[in-house]
Amino acid sequence: MSGITAEQVAHLASLARIDLSPEEIASLTIDLGQIVESVKKVQEVATPDVPATSHPMPLTNVFRDDIVVPSLTVEQALSGAPDRDGDKFRVPPILEED
Amino acid sequence: MKKAELMDFDKALELYEPVLGFEVHVELNTKTKMFCGCANEFGQGANTNTCPTCLGLPGGLPQVNRKAIESSIRLGLALGCDIAEASRFARKNYFYPDTAKNFQTSQYDEPIAFNGSLTIELESGRQVTVEIERAHMEDDAGKLTHKGGATGRIQGADYSLVDYNRGGVPLVEIVTQMIEGGEADSPEIGKTYVAAIREIVKALGVSNARMEEGNVRCDANVSLRPRGSNILGTRTETKNVNSLRSVERAVRYEIQRQAALLSAGGTITQETRHWHEDTGRTSAGRPKSDADDYRYFPEPDLVPVAPSREWVEELRATLPEPPAARRKRLQADWGFANLEFQDVVNSDLLDAVEATIAAGASAQAARKWWTGEVARLANVAGVAADSLVQPHQVAALIELVEAGTLTDRLARQVLEGVIAGEGTPLEVVDSRGLAVVSDDGPLIAAIDEALASQPDVLAKIRDGKVQAAGAVIGAVMKAMRGQADAARVRELVLERAGSAE
Amino acid sequence: MTDLIKLSAADLGGLLANGSVSSVEVTRAHLDHIAAVDTDLHAFLHVAADAALATADRVDARRAAGEQLGLLAGVPIAIKDVLATRDMPSTAGSKILEGWIPPYDATVVKRLRDAHLIPLGKTNMDEFAMGSSTEHSAYGPTRNPWDQERIPGGSGGGSAAAVAAFEAPLALGSDTGGSIRQPAAVTGSVGVKPTYGGVSRYGAIALASSLDQVGPVSRTVYDAALLHDVIGGHDPLDSTSLTDPWPSMAAAARAGLADGALTGLRIGVVKELNGEGFQAGVTQRFTETLALLAAAGAEISEVSAPNFEYSVAAYYLILPAEASSNLARFDSVRFGLRENPTDGPVTIERVMAATRDAGFGPEVKRRIILGTYALSTGYYDAYYGSAQKVRTLIQRDFDAAFEKVDLLVSPSAPTTAFKFGEKLADPMAMYLNDITTIPANLAGIPGMSLPMGLAPEDGLPVGLQVMAPAKQDARLYTFGAAVEQLLEAHWGHTLLSRAPALAPVEMFASEEGVI
Repeated sequence: MSGITAEQVAHLASLARIDLSPEEIASLTIDLGQIVESVKKVQEVATPDVPATSHPMPLTNVFRDDIVVPSLTVEQALSGAPDRDGDKFRVPPILEED
Repeated sequence: MKKAELMDFDKALELYEPVLGFEVHVELNTKTKMFCGCANEFGQGANTNTCPTCLGLPGGLPQVNRKAIESSIRLGLALGCDIAEASRFARKNYFYPDTAKNFQTSQYDEPIAFNGSLTIELESGRQVTVEIERAHMEDDAGKLTHKGGATGRIQGADYSLVDYNRGGVPLVEIVTQMIEGGEADSPEIGKTYVAAIREIVKALGVSNARMEEGNVRCDANVSLRPRGSNILGTRTETKNVNSLRSVERAVRYEIQRQAALLSAGGTITQETRHWHEDTGRTSAGRPKSDADDYRYFPEPDLVPVAPSREWVEELRATLPEPPAARRKRLQADWGFANLEFQDVVNSDLLDAVEATIAAGASAQAARKWWTGEVARLANVAGVAADSLVQPHQVAALIELVEAGTLTDRLARQVLEGVIAGEGTPLEVVDSRGLAVVSDDGPLIAAIDEALASQPDVLAKIRDGKVQAAGAVIGAVMKAMRGQADAARVRELVLERAGSAE
Repeated sequence: MTDLIKLSAADLGGLLANGSVSSVEVTRAHLDHIAAVDTDLHAFLHVAADAALATADRVDARRAAGEQLGLLAGVPIAIKDVLATRDMPSTAGSKILEGWIPPYDATVVKRLRDAHLIPLGKTNMDEFAMGSSTEHSAYGPTRNPWDQERIPGGSGGGSAAAVAAFEAPLALGSDTGGSIRQPAAVTGSVGVKPTYGGVSRYGAIALASSLDQVGPVSRTVYDAALLHDVIGGHDPLDSTSLTDPWPSMAAAARAGLADGALTGLRIGVVKELNGEGFQAGVTQRFTETLALLAAAGAEISEVSAPNFEYSVAAYYLILPAEASSNLARFDSVRFGLRENPTDGPVTIERVMAATRDAGFGPEVKRRIILGTYALSTGYYDAYYGSAQKVRTLIQRDFDAAFEKVDLLVSPSAPTTAFKFGEKLADPMAMYLNDITTIPANLAGIPGMSLPMGLAPEDGLPVGLQVMAPAKQDARLYTFGAAVEQLLEAHWGHTLLSRAPALAPVEMFASEEGVI
């Protein structure tokens, strides 16, 4: 098997900022193990000579002119905010520093 | 960790060799943001410059600002970099409330510019070449303010507020290679390097380059290698050192702090550190950990940037002369002494003086007027000297002085008129009636009157005591309210004194 | 006027243009039918009845004033909830966006409004378009109008069910790995995934940016073409939008009705998307359709696409990887749900984690965790990097095939509609259901599903998938219209006319005009 551990899933959940319950971690560990086992099949044909494709259509140099367009109004910008203080979004205190 | 004690700087250098690295973020001064058409403006009302894209709303998509690409390429070229034939944006994934999408759109393995170098000159005259690893494009984060608890600090705050106006502003991050051999000059290298970057982006016109507004921000990496060892020490990254003096102080502080710690048998933690301007210290931030797995991958919403060689050469042709080379050339051309030249440079008046000379003024006169009267008036008004008056007007003023139409004293009045918006120097001369009286008639009348009222002086002059003429000249100048050429008055006084015989 | 709801969008457009009916009448007929049947069907998450009638009234006024309007002006349309609409909630089927009304319209929605179509409401979908059944909608599944114990396909089961049940003549869908085509197949409707970049993604809540494409859902190929013409074309707000000029898809569809439209057309049957693992009735209808095509003059040959067997694996790496990043913005700061942790300190980090735990369903969490894994340091090359290489190989397979044939065909899905719950416990079985549709998304080429009969064993619709080279969407419409005409002539009726009438009580209510 691919050997996905519960510790790994817990770590992935913290990277993905999802507060998973122990039950969810347990079931996702099984799911992820099976899925990874299945999708690792891609490695069979992904040889070094094959280039990677990130975009289905090979476009390059798609640019916008440096011209100001109207922004949202402040009310529109904040219309979906769970919490606000004046014209700013309000969030609980930040634990870690970046 | 306990509060770090510092080792004496010279002692630290005896024991360890400092190894430096710098990451300088330059905010571009494009009209719009990096990936949307919202205005890139400083100091607007909170969240006024936002849209679905820079707010990270569901469904928002990025569009690359062509001007930002041009500015990045020009900056790369000015740093001697190669410009990538194919370059890509990548997503740097991490959660933070000032990052609307919870990923930064940056560049990872395919930056727009790489392999450059910049030679800086220290005050001692020592030249140091800093190798540039890469210059890549990315978008800035929004601005957080912390409320409650200790004033404005993140620690102990009750809550925080987010303004996304700055979110999405274009940045170029310039990353150096490791700088070795800096030795005791290390702090000065930091300061001079950042100053040089600032000068270059300003000369290119790609950034407002105001460090106090965060247009240029520096992260300083410092590690120490024990003398005789070839193993690199663990480095710390001191974030957001945002003035030239602070760069110098922060590097010096880290060298002294790390040396103290290492020599006491301690180890350096690989971590970000925060510079505190008020105390002159750095403090520990977040240690590097596997939480720093940014899961970079190519940004699927943007296509590769593949600047044609023609485009790159077109942009190269727009590059200004490198600031350091330009300074050398101008000082030689103008024949300024070091102090005179430094005065111009430190007052940020190189462009103004150069333009004034180009408009016909002599170098010394241009320097004298800009660093003298114009700078004085600007200082009073609290604005930059070159925003007060146009170089061609200063040149016109100097021309009037040199032609004898104005005395220095009159010229200062004319300058005030020009600054007050009364027109060109010539127009001010006319409207204020400030020209030197060059018609001899009124002068002769005034001289004859003065000589008549001071017969003893007249007698002295006639006795050959020419210096006595000064009293008459003074009286005449007073009568003419300064609008006379003193040399011509003197000539005429002597002539009239003789002819009165 | 109950027949109004049975008309195609093209026919409605004609009646509206010549003044036989008003848009208000047409809109009201559809709203009445929605009111009658949607409680059971649950194709809609939101019905904007008042706004739709008001819009219809304005369109009627314009017509009355003599304005020349487009072919679909006044025709109602249902919009998949993945698209941002400034006057209706846009939830993408997720609790984390419950009640969220965007301050802007998706480009395709703006184009609908500019063309004077009448938005009826928002259709149900698997949460963030992750699924093949709508069982992953946070608001409960949509039922298949053919058999209410069965899934309507997914993720766009709501849009497909809405058109199949005559709640709307047209709908918008989005297709990341088959979310337009597979629901079309299992509901007996038509769905098109345009060439990647052919239709703007701006305002489409992103699942996997390099795979997502918005497209039309309808009951006829011509209707899909008319809608494609409205929504397609370059959009500077989407950097992956193609700048190519596009031919009229409607004209292409009309060309398919001409005699001999199929003569000499080279049709490739993808060997890897046929036979083993496919339901017998699906294979049977597919084989019969090929025979009809051959009889109509098409040249049928088999082509091999050896790397297609890696497509599901590649897809389930690329999609979760991109999705894990696209869904990071759901963090309780600027919009959507905010949930505090049940205990311990309330910090933004913990609030984000609690919100994402409470707001995302199990399938979304599963894919985010998988995508986070695939992008992690040390795993990137083995998983995400390898998947991108498979993408190259799949494109090469298509390139080689299209050197030999004009179009590729396969069944749209391996089976007919399965029963609710049948595959819910086994994510991999659910994922393998997408084998037929995924290759087109990986390669960016256009694909269409149209009905090709009912499977004899269960009497449920079977879809024919057609794929064309990139940017040759028009070819799909010409061929699709020809096949549709051929099959309907063969059957003597449309497929959807065979769908069971929905609950009689509701039919009665509809006749009474009760909303």
